[in-house]
Amino acid sequence: MSRQEYETVMGLEVHAELSTKTKIFCSCPTKFGAEPNTQVCPICMAMPGALPVLNEKVVEYAVKAGLATNCEIERNSKNDRKNYFYPDLPKSYQISQYDKPLCKKGYIEIETSQGKKKIGITRIHIEEDAGKLNHDEFGGGSLVDLNRAGVPLIEIVSEPDLRTTEEVDAYLKKLKSILEYIEVSDCKMQEGSFRADVNVSIRKKGETKLGTRTEMKNMNSFRSIIRAINYEIERQIEVVDKGGIIEQETLRWDEVSGKTFSMRDKEDAQDYRYFPEPDLLTINLSEEYINNIKKSLPEMPESRKQRYLEEYKLSEKDAGILTSSKYLSDLFEKASEVCGNYRAVNNWIISDISRILNEKEMEASEIPFTAEHLGHLVKLIDKGTISSSIGKKVVEELFENQKEPEEIIKEKGWIQISDEGAIKEIVQKIIESNPQSVMDYKAGKDRALGFLVGQAMKETKGKANPQMLNKMFAEELKK
Amino acid sequence: MEITELTVHELQEKIKNKELTIKEINEAYIKRIKEKEPDVQAFITELTEQGLEQAQKIQNKIDNGEKLGELAGIPIGIKDMICTKGIKTTAASKMLENFVAPYDATVMEKINAEEMINLGKLNMDEFAMGGSTEYSYFKKTRNPWDLSRVPGGSSGGSAAAVAANMVPWALGTDTGGSIRQPASFCGIVGLKPTYGLVSRYGVIAFASSLDQVGVFTKDVQDCAMLLNVIAGHDEKDTTSVDIGKKDYTKSLQKNIEGLKIGVPKEFYGDGINPEVKESLNNAILQYKEMGAQVEEFSLDIAQYALATYYIIACAEASSNLGRYDGIRYTYRSKEAKSLKEIYKKSRSEAFGAEVKRRIILGTYVLSSGYYDAYYKRAQQVRTLVMNQFNEAFEKYDIIITPTSPTVAFKIGEKSSNPMEMYLSDICTVSINIAGLPGISIPCGVDKEGMPIGMQLVSKRFGEETIIKAAYAYEQKTKFREKYKPTFKK
Amino acid sequence: MQVSKEEILHIANLAQLELKEDEIEKYMLHLQDILNFANIVKNAPVEGLDITVGANELKNVFRKDEVKQFEDTNSLLQNAPTQEQNMFKIPKVIN
Repeated sequence: MSRQEYETVMGLEVHAELSTKTKIFCSCPTKFGAEPNTQVCPICMAMPGALPVLNEKVVEYAVKAGLATNCEIERNSKNDRKNYFYPDLPKSYQISQYDKPLCKKGYIEIETSQGKKKIGITRIHIEEDAGKLNHDEFGGGSLVDLNRAGVPLIEIVSEPDLRTTEEVDAYLKKLKSILEYIEVSDCKMQEGSFRADVNVSIRKKGETKLGTRTEMKNMNSFRSIIRAINYEIERQIEVVDKGGIIEQETLRWDEVSGKTFSMRDKEDAQDYRYFPEPDLLTINLSEEYINNIKKSLPEMPESRKQRYLEEYKLSEKDAGILTSSKYLSDLFEKASEVCGNYRAVNNWIISDISRILNEKEMEASEIPFTAEHLGHLVKLIDKGTISSSIGKKVVEELFENQKEPEEIIKEKGWIQISDEGAIKEIVQKIIESNPQSVMDYKAGKDRALGFLVGQAMKETKGKANPQMLNKMFAEELKK
Repeated sequence: MEITELTVHELQEKIKNKELTIKEINEAYIKRIKEKEPDVQAFITELTEQGLEQAQKIQNKIDNGEKLGELAGIPIGIKDMICTKGIKTTAASKMLENFVAPYDATVMEKINAEEMINLGKLNMDEFAMGGSTEYSYFKKTRNPWDLSRVPGGSSGGSAAAVAANMVPWALGTDTGGSIRQPASFCGIVGLKPTYGLVSRYGVIAFASSLDQVGVFTKDVQDCAMLLNVIAGHDEKDTTSVDIGKKDYTKSLQKNIEGLKIGVPKEFYGDGINPEVKESLNNAILQYKEMGAQVEEFSLDIAQYALATYYIIACAEASSNLGRYDGIRYTYRSKEAKSLKEIYKKSRSEAFGAEVKRRIILGTYVLSSGYYDAYYKRAQQVRTLVMNQFNEAFEKYDIIITPTSPTVAFKIGEKSSNPMEMYLSDICTVSINIAGLPGISIPCGVDKEGMPIGMQLVSKRFGEETIIKAAYAYEQKTKFREKYKPTFKK
Repeated sequence: MQVSKEEILHIANLAQLELKEDEIEKYMLHLQDILNFANIVKNAPVEGLDITVGANELKNVFRKDEVKQFEDTNSLLQNAPTQEQNMFKIPKVIN
């Protein structure tokens, strides 16, 4: 049977590292990229006798995430132990939440080519991250680094409401943008602070019962998530078409081969033996506590978008792109404030900056320059100090070198030539060396003017003031 | 009287009167350890050399006229379940045979802040699982009253060391009776404080919701003094409670006129040795004579509590002992080639039979299909036990029971039958289940001269009441003046 | 409830214990003994009672989000059976 005859049902489990200063149960720092085993203590290394103490910010951030995704907040929550052995899990149990997650029954709204759709959030709970296994290139072993062990996570579990990869993509982007807006996670996929596991099952169209699902892990970009899903759908259809049965299992996505592999030994039936964590106390949240967090929530993407449509009269598409990321949206607002020309700022972000991000496979959060830099650049163009084609070069340069645009153009000698005498000299030179074009122009071919201006720009390496060039050519050619 | 026979408050008196120096005291104890350790086998790690150095330093400070705390230079012994920075901390397990703790438990910080001198890490049942100290990986400790008998457990090394005058006092831990029962077997005072009164930070976990650090002393006054040192809120242990600082020595009063004592008849049933019963009855009569109001009542939870205890303690232990995986700081099997083998071989080779038995039981009661029938049910029973105690303490100030159904038994007598060993915890475990404070004080000896212990229990944070009741009885009956360990071979 | 050999092996596997043939018998017997006794909890009058996790009624004890670096991280590796590049070394594991 072909793919069209099947429907895909997907649910996502997203793990987002919370951007607290310290770990969830100890006071070790959470900074990414430290030397191995330098951000550790007896607690996160699971030394005998060490005890956890819950970081208050973790609860606050999780509740924020719950409120921002329309969840109910559990008034009497608690922590539970999930027991299993793995070298990156030093206690051999993960402190997580089982039957009383902090948040449940929420939803977020996504928009795809098919229109708007609500995706249900089953639950959001807090838990600790595991350490990292590095591979020893020479000795042939694995090396355990526990810097990441105990970094706080929220796990956001969606309902199996997703049907297409487009929906998955939209859901993930929306979720990421919400978490960025409320500033509870920096959501850097490359650093692993935003990770998604995907549950995939297929069923014949029209069928209401869910098929057996597999869970895929280890995808580290949006692109690999989509690739993995497509691979897994094909694999499942092939199995079913051949009369086989889908086994419920956990699969590891391998980016290099583009395939999924079964993760655990078949003989190892998992039984996590969850039970309430006796070293921690119940979490009782008051109405007042929850209301205070509610009040502290910032403006969310939808309302910002609405504001951009009304206040700035931006197009639906542009407003959508800008507000898809808090970083872009903040960049837009701050740079506009600096230069007072929001239309130009919008254009720079939507066209050049987005293009470069795409080429470099960077996320908006990784834009290295500041809103001041961008604002000042727009000002330089508006004042006529540089042309917009030089502006493009400055933007490219800003990605490499975070200096004031004014400094960049000085260093590179990119200041625009606006001196009337100098422009006239160039125009006369170009006219002399292009008699054919001059004749064409005089014969009524307007396009020839464009060619001449282009030649002049080339001659000045783009530094000549284009309006002045146009004007001067027109005057000179009339003679 | 020998220096090592003195209580700490007696030592303090003599230090104050310049009759004894810190150095003399420590030398006397170290000499005593050298003498008695071959018979008693109470120490896993002796710290006598460091102890002597430390004693000299403190002596120098005193000689230089420095003002030190009242307990500076007083020796102490520490159960090897409590982390001591830079010193081996083994939990009496092959698993941690070479483990040097990288940090001090909060109770150790408090002991160190007083400048007390830790003379050694004391023997115990492996990971505090047992009631005889026979399950130590290293050695079997002997009861100073009769070397063919066990000192009780799990804190048997602590109890024996204090009873044998090798240290004036010691710290232990108590999850189901591990302080009170050995104190009873060794004829000394043992206090398990209210759950939450003493920090568990740095104390190797057996069962997190039941474990509590407590003290072994020669008399009740020392008990109050040492409790003063270790009690107190600790922000590193979220289950520790902030009730403010108390001075428990203020409760050392002899007048107990009007004290309401409850005697739960179920704790004096068929399983209790007749001589133990008789001794307890005499003690109760003594309390009546001293002006207490005694009433028998029904507290029908002992059997449920024991079953509940083993379910909850083993469930928590099965999880708490997961960290001993052969990767970061424990024993690792030499034969292990794969990760799986590191786990399985290291744990199978380094855990003793009793520990494995409890891990298996704990894993079972938490596993899918059995959780509700055992673990969840046990937690409900826990509520029942707490409710019944709460009701009792609306009527009584303290409850008196035997500490153990028997006196110290012979080495090897019960170690082959786990269920029999478990049944001997019947009087003590319900106190841990309810998180109450309990003290064991000696109240007599049997025909063979083995000490019998009496357990006094009060409501949560009722330490002052039990100290007062214990002190009054002790002052009246003078057990220590009448009976002494004989080191019978 | 009767404990089977399969069950004891499954439990031992979850607990990462390797039992020799004679140990299987022994632990099965002991587990059965203890469970027979523990079954008494099923008769306890607990109708309508909540569960109790810990012995005290505290709740909401949190820590401020302030960094305190453990000063001697080297001491945390000193007991390692094998280490390399300041990490714990184990046989090769594929994620």
